[in-house]
Amino acid sequence: MPTDVQSVLQPDGKVKNGMLPDLTDDRLREMYRLMVLTRAFDDRGMNLQRQGRIGFYLPSRGEEALQVGCALALEPDDWSFPSYRMPGFALARGVDPAMMLNQIFGNAADTCRGRQMPVHYSFREQNFVSISSPIGTHIPQAVGAAMAMKYRGEKSVAITFMGDGGTSSDGFHVGLNFGAVYEAPVIFFCNNNQWAISVPFEKQTRAESVAIKAKAYGMPGVRVDGNDALAVYAAVKDAGSRARNGKGPTLIEALTFRMGPHSSSDDPSRYRPDEVVEQWQKKDPILRFREFLTGKNLWDEEFETECQEGSKALLYAAAKEAEKAGPPAVETMFEGVYREIPPELALQRDGLVGLAKSGQLTGKDEGYFPL
Amino acid sequence: MATSTILGAVNDALKTALAKDDRVVILGEDVGKTGGVFRATDGLQAEFSERRVFDTPLAEGGIIGTAIGMALYGLRPIPEIQFLDFIYPAFDQVVSEAAKFRYRSGGEYTCPMVIRAPCGGGIKGGHYHSQSSEAYFAHTPGLKIVMPTTPADTKGLLLSAIEDEDPVLFLEPKRIYHKKFKEEVPDGWYTVPLGKAAVRNEGTDVSVISWGAMVHVALEAAKKAREKDISVEVLDLRSISPLDVAAVLETVRNTGRVVIAYEAPRTGGFGAEIAAIIAERAIEVLEAPIARVAGFDTPFPYTLEHVYLPDAGRILNAIDHVVNF
Ligand SMILES: Cc1ncc(C[n+]2csc(CCOP(=O)(O)OP(=O)(O)O)c2C)c(N)n1
Ligand SMILES: [Mg+2]
Repeated sequence: MPTDVQSVLQPDGKVKNGMLPDLTDDRLREMYRLMVLTRAFDDRGMNLQRQGRIGFYLPSRGEEALQVGCALALEPDDWSFPSYRMPGFALARGVDPAMMLNQIFGNAADTCRGRQMPVHYSFREQNFVSISSPIGTHIPQAVGAAMAMKYRGEKSVAITFMGDGGTSSDGFHVGLNFGAVYEAPVIFFCNNNQWAISVPFEKQTRAESVAIKAKAYGMPGVRVDGNDALAVYAAVKDAGSRARNGKGPTLIEALTFRMGPHSSSDDPSRYRPDEVVEQWQKKDPILRFREFLTGKNLWDEEFETECQEGSKALLYAAAKEAEKAGPPAVETMFEGVYREIPPELALQRDGLVGLAKSGQLTGKDEGYFPL
Repeated sequence: MATSTILGAVNDALKTALAKDDRVVILGEDVGKTGGVFRATDGLQAEFSERRVFDTPLAEGGIIGTAIGMALYGLRPIPEIQFLDFIYPAFDQVVSEAAKFRYRSGGEYTCPMVIRAPCGGGIKGGHYHSQSSEAYFAHTPGLKIVMPTTPADTKGLLLSAIEDEDPVLFLEPKRIYHKKFKEEVPDGWYTVPLGKAAVRNEGTDVSVISWGAMVHVALEAAKKAREKDISVEVLDLRSISPLDVAAVLETVRNTGRVVIAYEAPRTGGFGAEIAAIIAERAIEVLEAPIARVAGFDTPFPYTLEHVYLPDAGRILNAIDHVVNF
């Protein structure tokens, strides 16, 4: 790790002197459980895809600490504008994993009503704003939500996430500039996992870090060890309190590594050597946190089994349920384009439903996703 | 000569162009080492070096903007947009810049470049990996738009586009990237002219006018119609712009009945332009109203994509309708 990177946990799980954030033992154990749940969720997602039960999955293996650490540092009223590699963030914000499985099955019970590709969640209840595929579009939107919070005199913050690739998008630069100009209570959180599909970080920018870009926009930029849940927690807490106290935005760069493929369709052996991956294997965020908990006498085999087996059983059962729910009805495709369905669209709907009923449709559900 | 897929033909054309013309460079997200997320540029960086085939940062406006600069300076850039759905950050560069240089500078500056982008649905990619937004671009004077439907056409049209002195948006229907074809793809450099449609199936009762992946669905519908003794002519536009109006009018005059089939949302889709041209110039031969079979006026759905996409059943239904009018 470069020297300017903030951390709390050393690689062996020991705490740097006096750095431990103020978290109860229960919260610490909860952090661990959520990280384990996140990994189990990703494993379930990849397995379901490999078994042909869902069309696509996009894992976050190796990036559990930053998602959970970040989520626990926020308040329930805060809003998030997530990117697509954030299952652990959703789980740690209290989203029911069964709801996430409904989304990846695109079934009738999905909050998005089967309209979006897997992992493009939307959870209004947790202020988790609907995810878009086009990279960077959500960044200025988060700034706008933060401006609205400030306008209303509220103490909430908006947080938005982007990958290292996302820092090249128009939305990133526009978002940082607007955020700083309006001193919006927003946190820009870059999940620097070193890769944008096959493009390494060095080809994304010639800047020595993402965090350094904050300076030019007129806000603080911090780099934090993304595999250290406590360091991420502390950085987000800090940025949050700055924002809540009228001091404007912060850019946080969490350094981590995308351990798995970009998605279920990607084959990273085409573009990156295994050795690099093995290096990062040693920095596994979950193992490190386990060492930490063990040192504090907060971990034992029984707790481990509870976390591991509990997660697996929960997800196994929920996936079965999600699969049973079946697809949304044909007519739902025409709902929600507008609040009220325009007459022409109603005609299109009625025509299609008629053809479906009389068995005249020949299209088959046989798509695959190659990215 | 050998058979190929459409994807293979894209790769072949790019390779042929790189080998022949030092002005040709390829740029885009993931086009280098990994050869593109669909593998359209597979092996090209290894063969022609990173100087000619290179990865870009993740910014479509940057990809098209820099490609424009290269073209102005005399190179022949072939930028790739990973999915047509992600071209919108570059919309300004395409529509206001690339397409306008020749006109606004009185011909002093021109932008010969080929923007390649996979388009259309059929891979379960949801709204952001499935759109057919050719109509947005068809509304742009100064830009050519091509959509191939067979491997031999793909290579010949792509090489034509690379030779062309104007910017070309080359839309590759990803759904048929891997489809098996019996047709042979010639080796080396050859071209298929832009702006020329092709009759894919001759017929006398009704014309189905289509482009992109939908042409193959139209052919399937034509086959089913034959079982009912209806003879369907299938016209593949191949180029949206310039449009082969003569071929459109000819097939209409030949059959007197028209179905227009396309994937994009129905309203304001390119099918509306075809219908208008027919109404303006050949209404006297029509024996039935023009029918459109298109995507619905909704965003592209995920789970129900196979219901959203026009299928042979829906095209056949429209054929029945215009034939029995
Ligand atoms: C505007 C846009 N262009 C291209 C893509 C295709 N794409 C999807 S993910 C990705 C790489 C993103 O990398 P990064 O921002 O580092 O996030 P990560 O996937 O590593 O989490 C690309 C190019 C897209 N989704 N949106
Ligand atoms: Mg990344």
